[in-house]
Amino acid sequence: MLLLPGHNAGAMRDVTDPPAIRLAGLRKRFVAGGAVALDDVSLELRTGEIFGIVGRSGAGKSTLIRTVNLLERPNAGSITVMGQDLLALDEGGLRAARRGIGMVFQHFNLHHRRTVAENIAFPLEVAGMPAAARRARVAELLPLVGLDAKRDAFPAQLSGGQKQRVGIARALASAPAVLLCDEATSALDPETTAEILALIRRLRDQLELTVLLITHEMGVVKAICDRVAVMEAGRIIEQGRVFEVFTRPAHPTTRRFVAEVIGHGVPPGTLARLPEPGLGQQRRLAQVLFLGPHSTRPVISEASRDFGIDINIVSGRVDEIAGEPFGVMALAVYGPAAAIDAAFGWMRVLGLLIEEDVAWAG
Amino acid sequence: MGWLTPTMQDLLLQAFWETLVMVGASAAIAVACGLPLALLLQVTGPGGLRPMPWLQRPLGLLVNALRSTPFIILMVAIVPFTRLVAGTSIGTGAAIVPLALAATAFLARLFENALREVDAGVVEAARAMGASRWQIVTKVLVPEALPGLIAAVTVALVSLVGFSAMAGAIGGGGLGDLGIRFGYQRFMPEVMASVVLILIILVQGLQSLGDWLVRRLSHR
Ligand SMILES: Nc1ncnc2c1ncn2[C@@H]1O[C@H](COP(=O)(O)OP(=O)(O)OP(=O)(O)O)[C@@H](O)[C@H]1O
Ligand SMILES: [Mg+2]
Repeated sequence: MLLLPGHNAGAMRDVTDPPAIRLAGLRKRFVAGGAVALDDVSLELRTGEIFGIVGRSGAGKSTLIRTVNLLERPNAGSITVMGQDLLALDEGGLRAARRGIGMVFQHFNLHHRRTVAENIAFPLEVAGMPAAARRARVAELLPLVGLDAKRDAFPAQLSGGQKQRVGIARALASAPAVLLCDEATSALDPETTAEILALIRRLRDQLELTVLLITHEMGVVKAICDRVAVMEAGRIIEQGRVFEVFTRPAHPTTRRFVAEVIGHGVPPGTLARLPEPGLGQQRRLAQVLFLGPHSTRPVISEASRDFGIDINIVSGRVDEIAGEPFGVMALAVYGPAAAIDAAFGWMRVLGLLIEEDVAWAG
Repeated sequence: MGWLTPTMQDLLLQAFWETLVMVGASAAIAVACGLPLALLLQVTGPGGLRPMPWLQRPLGLLVNALRSTPFIILMVAIVPFTRLVAGTSIGTGAAIVPLALAATAFLARLFENALREVDAGVVEAARAMGASRWQIVTKVLVPEALPGLIAAVTVALVSLVGFSAMAGAIGGGGLGDLGIRFGYQRFMPEVMASVVLILIILVQGLQSLGDWLVRRLSHR
């Protein structure tokens, strides 16, 4: 488990606090002898952080998030949420514990025959709260998600984004400490997705929620997560702070995911049209990642001038992840081998991340 | 119905009342027994809230057996049971027993289908919010399935009107019986026409009422 100091999430507590969610050695196989859905998964979420899990379809993301409130029972391992060992609870205890764990779903899962207010009140009703107290609580929740005007509408009369707001308000009704989101924005258009993500982040800040969020879109991770884990075939293959994972992906699968957002890689047609190197020269392809302050320094022209090489910028852009700026460029560098080596060495000393050839397949 | 003699009109009114009693009473019993049965079939079925194949399979078989027995045969076959329950094996009261039994099996299946239509995601959300099984049944399954349940009752009522016509075989009376005895056996086409007309209006009325309720309740 990576414990890096200096993370930038305001609401995140000290790393020495006990974890809000602790999953250890989870294993799950749905059919005996079949494929493994979870293969020794361990994870710790700190109070107040938004933790993302990405992975391809079938990687086991939903299975993992569903073990956190025991909708799915693992075959082995332990699950501790807010200090409570869920597997040790009896049925009544588990129902009580579930009220402290909100969940938001991809397809909203609202009751079609209940109004917005009645949907939000459902968990309170289930918990046995008297009607007057329920009404008061719903009246607090509606403005929190911006749905005052829709309190008596039925789900069929709402847009997807509004439905998910109802889903979020319902998940927060019994004031849980933890919020689970399984593909909460996957059924929404990009603009609505951004709105819902902003809402989740704001609620995290306001309510000190710990959020576990599952997605197959790196864009979602980039937008709101503090840390991220990448899953493949039931295993967590990489995890860490979002900025670290995005800028220094170690596993090939992570690289492919990151490529969606970082957007490196050059079309083969463009590659084919690059000029051939002259006599005694090399042509080397590299992806350069500028982190932090370097994104404003004219490194390319300095390198070209000082090392006597030609640099062809094939593609490039500047962006931010979790508020930290970075730039990424694909370069075709021409010159004597020694000069290129020296230039790359100098750039690395400046803190630039240079990868030769690897990214070009992407 | 001015084309009928006053005596015939009285008979028709009497028969209409008998039909209403047979259909109404057996439908009420069938709903009261069929809904718990359907819930049991659904909850104990594969993928249900508490799968219990040892209970669900035999129950399903029983329901199917009742459903596949032609009503006229069922009616005769259960005469001893009818006598036990109704105290007699002939008359309108006695006819209610086999009608209710057949309708219970029929409705249990229709109800089960309606319950199966309930979005599994909503049930899962309720589980995630800490609802008990009983709460899921009473606050999710039944309310969410209500339009479907009502549509099922409508279908059952219409079928019961048809079945009740056969109740004449055990002296149950009713419109169908009147139509056969007077319209067919004594060749009084005006009686037959009246019976058919009343049945058409009754079925149309039931269907429209059911459809209207379903529309009002579904909020889709
Ligand atoms: N109820 C189930 N019964 C049997 N196998 C299941 C069940 N649920 C999931 N699986 C299997 O477990 C594996 C992981 O599934 P899971 O739904 O967790 O993947 P996922 O990462 O959420 O995928 P997606 O992005 O498509 O939602 C898959 O191979 C899937 O077929
Ligand atoms: Mg999934």
